[in-house]
This record gives sequence, C-alpha cells and structure tokens, in this order.
Amino acid sequence: MTLAVSILPEQQLAALNAAYGRAVARRRLRLLLGAAVFAAALLLAAVGAEVNLRTLFTYFGNFVSYFDRILTLDNGQRVWTDVGEWLWGWRKWLKMLGETLLISYVGTLIGATLAFCLNFFAAENTSPAPWLRFVVRRLLEFARTVPGIVFALIFVIAFGLGPMAGVLAIAIHSTGALGKLFSEIVENADMKPVEGIRSTGASWLACMRFAIVPQVTAGYASYALLRFEINVREASVMGFVGAGGIGQELVVAIRKFYYSDVSAILLTIIITVFIIDIGTGWLRGRLFGREART
Amino acid sequence: MTRPQEVDTAQIRARYPEMFDRPASARLAMPATIVAALAILVYGLVDLDFSPSRFFAGLSQLGWISLMMIPPDPGSSLPVYLKALGETLSIALLGTTLAAVFALPVSLLAARNVIPSQILRFPIRRFLDSIRGVDTLIWALVWINVVGLGPFAGVLAIAVSDFGAFGKLFSEAIEGADQKQVEGIRASGGSPLHEIRFGLLPQVLPVIAGQVLYFIESNTRSATIIGIVGAGGIGLQLAEQIRVLEWQRVSFLILMILVAVAAIDFVSSKLRFAIIGRRAVA
Repeated sequence: MTLAVSILPEQQLAALNAAYGRAVARRRLRLLLGAAVFAAALLLAAVGAEVNLRTLFTYFGNFVSYFDRILTLDNGQRVWTDVGEWLWGWRKWLKMLGETLLISYVGTLIGATLAFCLNFFAAENTSPAPWLRFVVRRLLEFARTVPGIVFALIFVIAFGLGPMAGVLAIAIHSTGALGKLFSEIVENADMKPVEGIRSTGASWLACMRFAIVPQVTAGYASYALLRFEINVREASVMGFVGAGGIGQELVVAIRKFYYSDVSAILLTIIITVFIIDIGTGWLRGRLFGREART
Repeated sequence: MTRPQEVDTAQIRARYPEMFDRPASARLAMPATIVAALAILVYGLVDLDFSPSRFFAGLSQLGWISLMMIPPDPGSSLPVYLKALGETLSIALLGTTLAAVFALPVSLLAARNVIPSQILRFPIRRFLDSIRGVDTLIWALVWINVVGLGPFAGVLAIAVSDFGAFGKLFSEAIEGADQKQVEGIRASGGSPLHEIRFGLLPQVLPVIAGQVLYFIESNTRSATIIGIVGAGGIGLQLAEQIRVLEWQRVSFLILMILVAVAAIDFVSSKLRFAIIGRRAVA
C-alpha cells in the first residue's frame, strides 16, 4: 500500500524552514550562552574550592581502599567472617542508637508543639495582626535557616556537653521548618467553618480550636512524622559536636582509625534509618491513606 | 417562629447507632496514643538528663551569650570571612554539579521504564538508599581521611551524598515521563539510546534542572556546616569562633550565612521560574 505524503510547494517550504531555523538558532544561542556562564562559574568555583585533580587522582585509590580497610578486621579477615568480633560493641552502640532515637523523638515533639503554637500567628488567614505575623515569620525563618548543628555548637557551650543540647538544637530547627509547613496547611484550610463559629460570637482561640484544628491535624501529623525521619539522620551527627547520640562513637572511631568499628557503626545507623523510614512511611499510609505518603 | 420539635432521642439513637455507640477501641485509640507519646517523652526527658535547674541555668547562659553577640562585628578578619563564604558557595556549586553529572546515568538504570528488570534495579536502588542514609557530615569525615583537610573534601562529601539523593529523584522524574514519545521514536526505528536521547531526556531535563538548582540552594546550607568537621568554608571559621567564645564574630558570621542563603534562594528561584515556568514550580 502506498501512502500519499503531500509536500508543500518549494517557496512555502523554504519560508517555513527559514523561520524554523531562526527559532532554533535563537534557542541554541541562549542555551550556549547559559552553558558558557555555568562553565565559567564552575571554573571560578573550582579555583575557590582548591580543587586539585592530581590530589584526587593520587588519593582516589585511598577512597576505595578506605572501604576495603573498614571492612577488614584487625586480624586481616573480612568483617563478615566473624560477626561477633565485628559487632563487639553492639550493646554500647544499641544504647547510643536508642539515645539518638530519643533525642530525635523528644526534639521533634517539642519542635512540633512550638510550631503548633506559633503557626496560627504566621498564617495569612488566621493571624490576628500583621505585625505579629511579620515577627513570627521572621523568627521561624531564622530558626529554619541556621543549621541545627550550629545551634548545637552554641547550646553545648550554654547547656553543657550532652544530649540536652542536641535535643534543644533539633527542637529549634524543627520549630522553624514545621512552623512554615504548618502555616501553609492553615492557609489552605477552608475558612467557612471559621465564619460560622465567629458568627456565634466565639473568640479567636475558639475559632482556631473548633474551625481550623479539626481540618489540619492530619496534615500536621504527617509533616511531623516526616520531620522525625529527617531528625533521626540529624541526631546521628549531633555527637560530632558533643551533643549526644551515636555520632560521638562514630567520630571517635573515624578519627582514631578503628576501621572495623567505623563500618559497624555506619551499618547500624543505615539500618536504623531504613527501619525508621519504612516505619513512618507505613504509619503515614495507615493514618492518612496513600496520598499522604508522597 | 415555630418551636423546635421535641427530639426523640431514642429514635435517632436507633437510626444512627454508629454515631452514638462507637466501639471502645475507636474511642480509646486517640487518648491511648497521646498517653503513650507523653510517656515516651517523659522517659526521654529523664533518660537524656533533662532537669529544670540545668535548663534554666543554660537559658540564662544563652541570654548572656545573645547579649554578648550584639553588635555583630567581624573584627579585622572580614576579608578572611568573605573568602570563606566564597569557598562555601564554590563547594555547594561544584559538589552539586558533580553529583548531578554522575547521578544521571545511574538514575536511568534505576528507572522502571528504562530497565524493566526488577533484579537489576533492586541493588541499584538499595545502593542509592544506603548512600542517602549516611549524613553529609559523615561523608565529609571520610573524605578528610582520604584527601586531607580543606574545601576539596567538602566538595566530594556533598557530591557523594547528593549522588544518592539525585539518583532517586532523577529516576522518579524519568518514571513520570510520558511513554508515548519513547514509543514514537521506537516506531520510527530508533535504537534504545535514541529513545533515551530524543524520547526521555527532552521531557525530564527541565525537571532535573529545577531539582539541581534547588539542591544548589539547599547545599549552600549544608556547605556551611561541613566546615565544622574541617572540610573548609565558612563553617570552619564559625566553629573556631564559637570555640574561642568570640560571640560578636559568631553573630556576624551567622548573619553572613543568612544573607548569603537568602541571596542564593532569590537567584535560584528566579532561575527555576525561567527554566520550567511558574506553573510547574507552584
């Protein structure tokens, strides 16, 4: 079977081709320009970050062999040949892991509570006064932008070494992050129930309690669980600055070159993070249906 | 006005039993959860050595520290700090770019519509998951052992940990792409490589570009902290000044970080809008 393909007259085709060429040429030029600017920025950054490809080349072997070393026991065997020897400190590590989980749990709970108290002031539709909204928003922004570990560094000096500093650092950072997310949920809430309750002469507090809170609790819980997941990771490094948790053990093992310990602790951290991820994912699915999981 | 009718409670009860007699398990679930959550909280507070006296002593210390932070003052080391800030931005940019370059081919291997075989995809996905399970700071410590102290270790740390994140995000973007265009290429006789180049990449590149920009933004934050373990950038200066209790310099450095992050946020959101359009971002 033959198909009839209609071909445009020469003149018309040439005009169309020329227009297409021009359009493509402009796009290509813009792309090229963007690529050039990006390349220049990269080059500048490479100089700024003292990138030395020769160092990388000479030492890349070290990176690979580092993993070889951390998977080797002191007696030269592979770690999995003698699991008892590899995980010799499992009691201590499990205890530290438990502490890490507690730090993130308590930190998340305190942070979520503070965020819950503050978010109604930060949301566009429920804030009682514009100046209050401005102040609360800037406060949350500050708590969110300063990294948790910087708070931990300062808190370790104020509250002393130990998990308390870690908990407070995580709590403040979570307040900032959750406060923003919570207030976004409130901004998306339906305002009709609020009008209904206000028309009965209720106070602002009653409006929030009976009109907004029932609409938003599911979203809040979902975000708080997500934050808990993130905080477990964060709590695992709080020990680097002396703020409690498994990070303390890890940093000692890395700095003192206790190779097989490094891999053992990393393994326990990764497994814990996996379990928490899967667990909270399952819980969110259970509580709020499939769409809340994304 | 009509008087409201007498309410026949019994009849309503009979009609809507589930409204009046919820099973005990449903009624008790919420209070039980709250009690359990509070119990864990109390146990945690005790186990983690919280005490009111310690808390308030620390709080007053913190108050003193905040007072000593005012006014922010760089002393004579402003040029050093500016250089450190530049270093931080460089670390973020280079680390993210490196990660994206290496993650793109791997993410193709992890996408369901490119590699249909579950056996092949599974190990790659788990591999990416494990990389993401390890925090950037830990990678920084490892790289410091390998290439020595300095910003280069920071670049590599960010590159490795983002590699895991990008691998997952990119493969999700690829799986979300429209399969019709790929089929069209295949129908006209294209090879598998052609399918990826002309069928998939044009669809996913804008999404990927948006994600990379977003990560450059968030990595500016990560790059400020990896200095704390010695991997260069402004975090190094910050940790040093905190350790020697130079609070005015500390507050100046924190302000510098806030301003830099805000500036990067602004530029990159403008760029993201330009690349993928306002609608796609919101």
